[in-house]
Amino acid sequence: MNGSNQEDTHRTVERVARESYGRLVAYLSVHTHDLASAEDALSNALVSALSHWPQDGVPQNPEAWLLTAARHSLIDAIRHQKVVLASEPTVQLLKEDFTEAALSKEFPDERLKLLFVCAHPAIDHAMHTPLMLQTVLGLDAARIAQAFLIAPKTMGQRLFRAKTKMRSGGIPFEIPQERDLPKRLDAVLEAIYAAFGIGWGDMAGGDQRGRDLAEEATWLARVLLQLMPGEAEVQGLLALMLHCEARRPARRGPDGRYIPLSEQNPNRWSVPLIEEAERHLTEAFKLGRSGRFQLEAAIQSVHAERAHWPD
Amino acid sequence: MQFALMIYHTPEEFDMRKNDYSDPHLGAWRAYYRALADAGVYVGADALEVPETGTTVRLRDGKRRVQDGPYADTKEQLAGFIILELPSVDAALEWAARCPGASIGAVEVRPLAKEALRRGFTG
Repeated sequence: MNGSNQEDTHRTVERVARESYGRLVAYLSVHTHDLASAEDALSNALVSALSHWPQDGVPQNPEAWLLTAARHSLIDAIRHQKVVLASEPTVQLLKEDFTEAALSKEFPDERLKLLFVCAHPAIDHAMHTPLMLQTVLGLDAARIAQAFLIAPKTMGQRLFRAKTKMRSGGIPFEIPQERDLPKRLDAVLEAIYAAFGIGWGDMAGGDQRGRDLAEEATWLARVLLQLMPGEAEVQGLLALMLHCEARRPARRGPDGRYIPLSEQNPNRWSVPLIEEAERHLTEAFKLGRSGRFQLEAAIQSVHAERAHWPD
Repeated sequence: MQFALMIYHTPEEFDMRKNDYSDPHLGAWRAYYRALADAGVYVGADALEVPETGTTVRLRDGKRRVQDGPYADTKEQLAGFIILELPSVDAALEWAARCPGASIGAVEVRPLAKEALRRGFTG
C-alpha cells in the first residue's frame, strides 16, 4: 500500500464517519439502548476500515460495510462479557435483522429517536448537549469537556453515567407522543442552541474551537430539520443560527476586539447565509405556529436588513 | 418493566402521621392508590416506620457495628415504596408526579433490576 492511497482512505473513512456516525450509532442502539457498546463497536469498525480499505479498496457502500463490521463487533462484545445475564435474547435480536441489514442499502434513520433520548427529562439537563455532540456527531469527551470548561475525566464520567441511565433506566427509544411532543422538542432545540451558544461565546479572537462547536450545532439543526421538516421551530432555530453565522466575519476587528452589532460593517456579512436564513424563516412562518426561536430569528432578520442598505 | 417509586418524607411529613393523618393528606393517598389499582399498574407497596426506629448494621473486620438510626443522616428519609408495572420511565415519572409524597418531600423513580439479575440473587 502506498502513502497517498492510505491518505485517501483516511479521508474517506473520516468523511463516512462524519456523515454516518449518528445514523450508525442510533441504529445499533435503538433495540439494545446501549449507546456505549454501540459507540465502541463503531470505533472498532472504523479501525478495521482503516486497515482493510487501503488493501481491498473502499467498498461500494461504505456505510453498510461499517454497519456489518460494527454488528460483528457488538455481538462479539456481548458474547465476551463475563456477566452474560440475559445476553442471549440481545444476540438473537442483533442476528435476526443482521443479514437483512447487510444486504439492503438502506437502513432506517433512527437519529431522531436518539436526539429525543439525549434530551429526555430523566437525563440531567446539563448533559443533553454533551450527549448529542457525542452520540450523534461522534465528538470525543475531551473535546466536549474543553468546550464546557470542565476536566475531560469529569466529562467522561458524566457521559458514562448518563449512558448507564439510558441503557437501564427504562427510557424509551422512541419519538414522543403528540401530547408530549412540543415540550420534548423544546428540550432538543434548547440543547442544540446551547451547543451553538457555547461555540459562539467561546470565540475569543476567532478561536477555532468555538467556531467548530457552532458549526457542529448548525449541522445538528440541519439533521433535525431533515427529520422534522414540518416543525416551524426547527426552521426557526436554523434561521436564527444562520443569521448569527452570517455576521461572524464582522464580529471581531483585526486586533481580535469585539465589534458591537451597530458598528459592524454589513459588507462583511455573508449574504448567502442571510438568504438561507430568510428562506427558513419564511418556511417557518408559513407553518403558522409561532415560537421563541422564530421570534429571535425575526429580530436577527431585521438587523440583517442593513446588509441591503446603501452605504 | 417494573419501577420502584421511593417516597422520601420531610420530618414534618413524618410528624403528620402522629395525628393519624386526620387531614386531606390521607384522602389524597387513598385516591392515589385507587387510581393505581384502576390503571392496573399496581404491583405492591408498603410504608416504613419513622426513621428514628431504624438501626443500621455494618460488618467491618469481622466485627458487627450496630448504629442507632437510619443509614444516611439527611433531612428527607425513606418513608415507603410502591412497585409499579409500566411501559417506560415516562409513565413512571407521570405517576410519581401524581403521588401525594411528591408535593412535600420527594419521590425517587428507579427501575427494578432486570429479571435475570434478580433471579441470580434469589436462585
